[in-house]
Amino acid sequence: MAHRPLRGHDLAQRNVLMRPLPAADYDVVVAGGGNAGLCAAIIAAEAGARVLLAERATEASRSGNTRHTRNIRDSHPAADGFVSGPYPEAEFLADLESVTGVKNGELARLVIAESVSLASWMHGHGVAWQPPLRGTLGLSRTNHFFLGGGKALANAYYRELRRLGVEVRYETSVIDVVLDGGTCLGVVLALRDGARVTVPCRALVVAAGGFEANLDWLAEYWGPRAKGFVVRGTPHNDGTLLRVLLDRGARAVGDPKGVHAIAVDARGPSVDGGIVTRLDTIPLGIVVDRNGRRFYDEGEDLWPKRYAIWGRLIAERPGQLAYSIVDGPALERVIAPLYPPIEARSIDELAERIGVDRAALRKTIDAFGRAVVPGHYDPDRLDSCRTEGISPPKSHWARRLEAPPYFCFPLRPGITFTYMGVMVDRDARVQWHGEPVSNIYAAGEVVSGNILPTGYLAGLGLTIGSAFGRIAGRQAARHART
Amino acid sequence: MPGPDGAVPPVPTDLAWRTVGSATPGDPSVRLPVLEMDLLRDAQRQLEICNACRYCEGICAVFPAIERRRAFQAGDVLLLANLCHDCRTCYYVCPFTPPHQFEINIPRMMSRVREATYRGYAWPRWLAQFLVDQGPGLALILLFSLAVAVAASFLWAGPTALTSARTGPGAFYTVFPWLWMFVPATLLTVVGFAVAGLGVLHFWRDVGSSSAVRAAGARPLLGAIGDALTLRYLDGGGPGCDYPEESPSRARKWAHHLVFWGFAAAFVSTTLAFVQQEIFGVLPPYPYASAPVLFGAAGGIAMIGGGIALWALKLRSERAPASLVMFAKDQAFIALLLLVNVTGMALLLLRDTPGMGIMLNLHLAAVLGFYLTAPYGKLVHALYRTGALFRDRLERHAELTVGTAVWTRSAPR
Repeated sequence: MAHRPLRGHDLAQRNVLMRPLPAADYDVVVAGGGNAGLCAAIIAAEAGARVLLAERATEASRSGNTRHTRNIRDSHPAADGFVSGPYPEAEFLADLESVTGVKNGELARLVIAESVSLASWMHGHGVAWQPPLRGTLGLSRTNHFFLGGGKALANAYYRELRRLGVEVRYETSVIDVVLDGGTCLGVVLALRDGARVTVPCRALVVAAGGFEANLDWLAEYWGPRAKGFVVRGTPHNDGTLLRVLLDRGARAVGDPKGVHAIAVDARGPSVDGGIVTRLDTIPLGIVVDRNGRRFYDEGEDLWPKRYAIWGRLIAERPGQLAYSIVDGPALERVIAPLYPPIEARSIDELAERIGVDRAALRKTIDAFGRAVVPGHYDPDRLDSCRTEGISPPKSHWARRLEAPPYFCFPLRPGITFTYMGVMVDRDARVQWHGEPVSNIYAAGEVVSGNILPTGYLAGLGLTIGSAFGRIAGRQAARHART
Repeated sequence: MPGPDGAVPPVPTDLAWRTVGSATPGDPSVRLPVLEMDLLRDAQRQLEICNACRYCEGICAVFPAIERRRAFQAGDVLLLANLCHDCRTCYYVCPFTPPHQFEINIPRMMSRVREATYRGYAWPRWLAQFLVDQGPGLALILLFSLAVAVAASFLWAGPTALTSARTGPGAFYTVFPWLWMFVPATLLTVVGFAVAGLGVLHFWRDVGSSSAVRAAGARPLLGAIGDALTLRYLDGGGPGCDYPEESPSRARKWAHHLVFWGFAAAFVSTTLAFVQQEIFGVLPPYPYASAPVLFGAAGGIAMIGGGIALWALKLRSERAPASLVMFAKDQAFIALLLLVNVTGMALLLLRDTPGMGIMLNLHLAAVLGFYLTAPYGKLVHALYRTGALFRDRLERHAELTVGTAVWTRSAPR
């Protein structure tokens, strides 16, 4: 994937089919048709720029991982019928710092400040919010939920692009940039029919996501373990453009090995399973690996605070497989899982059915049972049911597995996004080693490492994408018009 | 494929990929004859995916009703399908529609189940089958109706009935006797309601009931009637539904309101005319400025306008989320409704000319055809939909008061 820097003057020597697009005079090219790219394209078009948006997917599968999102975290002064109360900027910042450990990050504060105007801006561009379904009790205080989910959001934005006359090209990818000194002169597009064309532009917004769908790239950091990963979202986020930028000297941010991963059902699709293959049974039972051993405290904290660590945990287990084992009453406590559980009337039968050593599994379950301390069971709060004298412990909701049939779900790490991206400044301009390029901007997952180098806050990906999407679009349009 | 390909530690064979949503295969003992097994299984598969996703829960009543369940038996599928207003929004906002391998297409599946409902609960079944796609069967019934009307007219008024101008009080009845209209219309109304009502009762029985639901009382019924009259669920959860294409719109809702309230106005007109004639002894035709004519004309125009709008929207709508049989059934019903109303309006305009006799016969034939086919066509959706809305209100009532359902909103993630 390493590219020799392409200069304006050697375009002609390059094996590039010089076929102009119908309107080849663009102020701004936006690479990627997810939330960040859409925000950038809308803002740039509203500022009067002539915009081309290149979306790699087909129209039916457009908008990348935005399709799989559901809500956005935004600072707001008061309840508005769709959120239950105020979410001050300071509290947002404190929440963010508590997961990243980074104090007072400049870009974090910028994103949070931008988020204040987001809800009304989004609504003004056709996004509808989900009203409370069963009284205000069901409302979130911090996050606005999109009516119909992320694809509805993307649909609204694509309608805005149509209204604004933005040219949208599906099955079209930006695969390279044409640099001349400190300026990006244009981009190389791979078109639907496989042809490659060079398109001049005055500014470029890179919003093409991370590289979580590129298992080969992940294998550079994870080794063969990457082969055991499931990609939860779009297969198109292979990091093509991220690699181009890094090769050309863009500064990287974020841990290359960093992935946000949750536990998903191992029987789900290898890509694009979205939300439905997640498993929420983990805190209600025990989790063993292929050797039949427990490896982490299943009851460490409330599940919404812990679900996001289990992908990484399972990624480190042999074969990247683990098994959540519960009994019947626990199964009723969670949203009905998509795939039927593997059911067994005894531990031995279960061991056989999942291919785990019988003696090892029985030993684990017996030892766990002996360590359980009597307590008052309450799955809705941190209860007093815990273990003693066992490692790892189970701190809450620990109960003996003694009521067959047993139910088991096989788990794999399901990757949601990668943390490594390109460094940007307050204007979303990509930062470079050596000579800077003045007119390449970035937004969305590819810049999230600037704000969220580690950890996760629900709905923050959309906040970063929207905030930096708008900044990038604004700055790109301004650069193109001057 | 379970997980990515390649040199992966293999998932044990009994964990291999299974068709999604086989957690609750249709139990043959609770299988309903109206639902074919393939359709039932596909419905269960799709509904289980929806229940694991829940992104659509704000769109309409169907998705909260899905969330109240953990498994979907045939009765659940029937209820959910008849609760669905075919607004299409869920199709356009779903990340799992084809080409995704989950192949979620709720509106089409629901339409198929509704079509099976209307056909399966109709009596006699063969007549419903005869009218299944409404085309040839409907045409035959209309021809038959026309023959009956013309024959009756000839028998009553002789061969000049269709060609000579007749005016003054009772003019219509010199072409066609009142009793010959009144008796069949009354009989067919009673029979039609009985047939459709029996179907809905069977549907209600098959949907199933629980003690919590039975304990509810009248308020849920009033709520359901309100839901039906306001077309609450043709709003896509607020902004309008994505019909006829991916863009929120209230066009279909307003077109449907025109048709329904036009129908209601026509009913008022008929009732007023009956009162005029039977109580005050004033025979039609009534003056243009009279209440029966004003209500009738307003209703006719509304139904014609609304019907044309509904048809035009339907023709513009995408076929992918539609069931073809229901698509035909819808169009047949709209066509019949237009036929009744266009002939009715033409009769109003031509009633003082020699064309009156012909128009009266055409109109009566259309009305007879409408009556004959009503229990076997799209019209019955009004009853099944209201029944489903009632059941939904009962469930929500039970959920609020008894707390029967385990329901937790997914936390933001």
